[in-house]
This record gives sequence, structure tokens and C-alpha cells, in this order.
Amino acid sequence: MSMTSMRERLVAVGSRPPGEPIAPRNFHARDVVVLAGAIGASLGLTWLVYSQILPLQGLQGFLIIWAATFFVMYYLAVRDIDGPVVARDRVMASLMTVLTIAVVIPLVLIVSYVTIKGIRFLHLAFFTTTLADIGPLSPSDESGGLHAIVGTLEQVGIAMVISVPLGVITAVYLNEVKGRLQRPVRVFVDAMSGTPSIVAGLFIYVILVSGKGFSGFAAALALSILMLPTVTRATEVVLRLVPDGLREASLALGAPEWRTTWRVVLPTARSGLVTAVLLGIARVVGETAPLIVTAFGSTTLNVNPFSGPQAALPLSTFHLFTSSQQADIDRAWAFAFVLIAIVLVLFVIARRSARRQFGR
Amino acid sequence: MAAHIDESPTDQAIPRKVVAVRTRADKIFRTLASGAGASTLILLALIGLFLFLQALPALKDAGWSFLTTSEWLPPPRGTSDTYGVAALIYWTVVIALIAMVIAVPISIAAALFITEYSPRWIRGPLTSLIDLLAAVPSLLYGMWGAEYLRQRMVGTSEWLSDHLGFLPIFKPTSPFPIFGPSAFVAGVVVSLMVVPITTSVIREVFSQVPPGEKEGALALGGTKWGMIRAVVLPFGRGGIVGGSMLGLGRALGETIAILLIISQLFVIRANVIEQGANSIAAHIANAFGEASGLALSALLAAGLVLFAMTLLVNVGAAAIISRSRSGAGVEI
Repeated sequence: MSMTSMRERLVAVGSRPPGEPIAPRNFHARDVVVLAGAIGASLGLTWLVYSQILPLQGLQGFLIIWAATFFVMYYLAVRDIDGPVVARDRVMASLMTVLTIAVVIPLVLIVSYVTIKGIRFLHLAFFTTTLADIGPLSPSDESGGLHAIVGTLEQVGIAMVISVPLGVITAVYLNEVKGRLQRPVRVFVDAMSGTPSIVAGLFIYVILVSGKGFSGFAAALALSILMLPTVTRATEVVLRLVPDGLREASLALGAPEWRTTWRVVLPTARSGLVTAVLLGIARVVGETAPLIVTAFGSTTLNVNPFSGPQAALPLSTFHLFTSSQQADIDRAWAFAFVLIAIVLVLFVIARRSARRQFGR
Repeated sequence: MAAHIDESPTDQAIPRKVVAVRTRADKIFRTLASGAGASTLILLALIGLFLFLQALPALKDAGWSFLTTSEWLPPPRGTSDTYGVAALIYWTVVIALIAMVIAVPISIAAALFITEYSPRWIRGPLTSLIDLLAAVPSLLYGMWGAEYLRQRMVGTSEWLSDHLGFLPIFKPTSPFPIFGPSAFVAGVVVSLMVVPITTSVIREVFSQVPPGEKEGALALGGTKWGMIRAVVLPFGRGGIVGGSMLGLGRALGETIAILLIISQLFVIRANVIEQGANSIAAHIANAFGEASGLALSALLAAGLVLFAMTLLVNVGAAAIISRSRSGAGVEI
């Protein structure tokens, strides 16, 4: 079969129904065949060349060469049938799809890796005991995270008490009061969200820890610096969604601004505020670097956040993971699993309440 | 809010002036809110000020050599010109650049896929999934990178070294190079952390493209890619630049993940795929425990340098984004 007749047959298979406008973005049965053909052919060719002819191995290289071969083949095939303009369009569409899949794969890999490794070493006793009596040579399935859970709860709780009101009022300033500093404040809130977490920790170390010693409270202050911009930005977004009609109605009834904000705007944005708080918590609950210089970490239970080194989940994970004993590294994965479980749960609840906000 | 209406005495149709007279409670409310707003600015200023004050002893001791020295041997082990941030800054920037080279194209592609290509039903879940990538603690990226990804990147690194070895960044420095704990692997892991941040900014800008212009491009017979190139990408340029810079700021400040992956190196070297790299933040976290006196002050000085770098990048990014947002009203 000559090349020309094959092309004619392909064109005939995908001939468009009478009356349908000619649009290069329409996708017909023929195009599906071409796409599937390009995927299959490039897979076959890559497999043949990569693992049969050339002495190459490794999944990454295979995937990269497969993708490159596919794009070239797909481009040539579509160009042959529909011309270069359509070919470029099709190849770009498939490129976007492939790259988006490439973004999602690492997330799946990380979450499943932590889950698989962590769940093996996690027992119910994890939530009731501490690492106080467990040395590096204890077996891997003996571990306790109570001290770290208590530390994380207290530190994040205190950070929340500080930065949620401040963040919400800042958002009110940005979106309701709209004062003279609105633009610089917005720019610096954005910039602050990128402040390296270790710098926030160093700042608290300088003003507090170097004088009074390590404490959970110092860690909470460092976390609140990191939490503030997240809460502010998320709150501002939901305040923007409150319809202006509600504000105007309240003002027209004679309510002062503060009452309009307090009784109308904030209650309307209630579930969005929950989202903002949860996103703020999710942002800081896994922070490790600032805790190294503020809470320091410990293997025993310290309930008082105001004095003495305190443990935290990410901090204990880090210390265990950098240990030289395999049993400690195994224990670190159990801690990491609890940490990622907390983050995932917070995130799902935040999304739920956000959807309720937008659904209304 | 009470309003005082100023009637003008003339008969001409001059619009009357409405002067807002705020109650005392409102004045207090506005002052309180302004105070909270200003607290962000004050906080940033305080961070810079206190770090600077504490870093001063080391900066005075080392002088300008602090910026040009690569090794890190502060007193009592070294002398006043044996410690500096040159290599730290170099490796921090190298890792961040590797991360950006990977993350920016992927972010643009993912943002385009979400706003233009994906079927409507997948849009919400996909956005949540990418936001979730941002919520995963960097510690876990680091642990995953150190235990899972690092050994799986050795093959790719070897290939680059063997076949592209004529490029200085891949050129082998020894006959038997070791590949695992390199700037390359750290950059790949950091790029995973940067992608969700950049993607969400770029996606937001792309979703504001006026539909009329997009339809115009399509009505002229353009393909979807033609429409994206002619309308979406030029419109979103500010968002792409700003989002990338925001991601760059995050990449510069990344600490724990880099610390877990690399082995520290205090030499400036072109090769990025062999073992040895560094970062300001990772070095601070690592050396903090045993530092005191002048050594501690030197670490704080390094922190100050990092703070200045990220603040510069982030303020630039935020300014670009906010300008592109406010200038986004392309008339149709």
C-alpha cells in the first residue's frame, strides 16, 4: 500500500458529517486513531531501541525518550493529514496534558511512599507513649509520639490564637477599610508569605530564645509569623466574594462601618474564614526549620509551652531521620505518616468548607 | 455612617458633595484595622533590624570578605577572613535556578491545561490536587527525595555526565564521580515544591483573560494553540513573571529538604550533578546547634543575606503581579 492511498483512506475514515463546520479543533474518530497509533508506535519504537538495541535502562530515561518520540511521531502524522497548523495545535495540547500528569505523579508517589513506610511502624501505643524510654537501639516498631503531638498541638494552637485575629483584621483593612497603606501592605503580605521559615525562626531566636531559652512558645511565635500572610491572603479572597449589595444595604440602614463588617461581612464569609484558618494551620504544621532554633526538640513530654525545650512532630521526624540507626529512621517514617495524615485531613476539611462557601 | 450633605447655593447643575462623617466607633475601628495592616510592615522591618544588629559583630569582624569568602571557618576555629557566604549564595542560587528551569515550563503547561484544555469536571479536583502539593510539608519532600528519588536519579546523572560532559555543568571533576547528593537532585525536589505556587498564580491570571478576545481569535480561524499564543500568553505575561519570581523566592529559602538531600560543600564548582552542594538556609539549620559567639553571629549574618535576597525577589514578584492584576482590564 502506497503512502498516498493510506492517507486517503485515513482521511476518508474521518470524513466529517455533512453540514458540520470546518474547525481545526474538532476531534473525530480518525483523530483518535491517529493519536492511539502515535502512542503505540512511539512506545514500541522506544522499547525496541531503548531496551533491545541500545544497552540503556532506567524508567526515567525510558519515559522521557518515549514522550519525545511520541511528540515527533504525532506531529508528523497529523501534519501529513491535516497540515502543520493543526499538527502544532494537537502536539501542544498533548504536551500540556503530559506535563500536567507529570505534576500529579510526584504527589501520588510521595503520599503513597510515606503511607506505605509509615503505617508499618505505627501502633496504637504511638499515641500514648513518648520516646523517653526508647533508645536508638530499640526495635523499629517501638516508638511513641505523644510528646511530639502535644508539642505540635500547643505550638500550632498558640500560633493560631496570635495570627488568626491579626490576619483577619489585616484582611479587613485591605478589603473593607481600604486605607492609604493598602497597596504596600498587600505587596508586603505577599512578600512575607515567601519569607524563609528559617529566617522567622532566627528572628524569634534573637529577640526571645537567646535571653529566655528554648520554649514551645518561641516556636509558636515563629510559626505565627509564617501563618499570618497565609491567613490574611485567604481571608481577603473570601471577603472579596461578599456581594457589595449586602454592605450597601447595611450602610443604607444606618449601620456604622464596624457594625457592617462585624455583623454582615464577616458572618457572610464565615465558612471561608474556616478555610483560611485551616490553610494557615496546614502551612505551618509541617514546618521544621524554625523549630530547630526555637523549640529545639526533646524526647520527653513537656506540657508547659513557656519553659524548656519542647518536641513537635516535624522536629522529632527530622531528628529521628538524621540519626545513624536504622531503627530511628524507621521510627521517623511513622512520625512522618502521622504528620501527612494531619495535613491531608486539614486540607480536605478546608476544601469542604470552601465549597460550601462558593456553593451558596 | 452618617453623611453630611453640602448643598451648594447656585442653581447650576453642579453635583452635590457628599462628605462622610464617621462616628467615633468607626474611627476606632479604622485605626485598629490600619494598625493591624501596618503590623505586617513593622514586623518585616523588625526582622531585618534585629538580624542586622545581631549580625553586626560578625560583619564588622569579617568586613567585605564576608561576601567573597567561600569557606566557613568562623572563629574560634578560623580567623576573621576564613568565613563568608560566597559559596553558600552560589549554591543557593544554583539550586533555585535548577528548580526554576524545571518548574516554570511545567507550571505554565499545567495552568494552561487547567484553564484551557481540561474538561470542566476535572478542573476542580485537579486544582485541589496541585494545591495539596503545596500543603505537603517540605520535610516529607526531603525524606522522599533522600530515600527514594536520590538513588533513582543516579542513572540520569551518569547519562548526562557521559554524553553531555562537554558542558561545564556536567563535566566530570574526577575519574570516578559520585552522583547522589547533588544540586541537581535537590533542584528537582525543590521544583516539585515550587510548581504548585507558580501554577496557582499563573492559573489565576490565565483565568482572567477576557473571553471576548479568546473568541475573537478563534472566530478568525485560529486553532486553540494559535489562540493561546496570540491572546492568553501575552495577557498572562505579568502573571508568569510574577508567579515565577514568587516561586524563586520560595526556592531560595528552602531549608530542610535541601539539607536532607545534599552533602555540604564550601567550594564554588560548575558541576551540578556530582555530590556536594549547599544552601544558606540548610547551612544555618545544620550549623546552628554547635555555634556560639562570633560563629553564631556569622550564621545570623548569613540569615540576613538570605532575608534580603528573598525579600527583594518577593517584593518584585508581588509588585509585578499586583500591577498586572490592576492593569488587567484590557478593554473589549
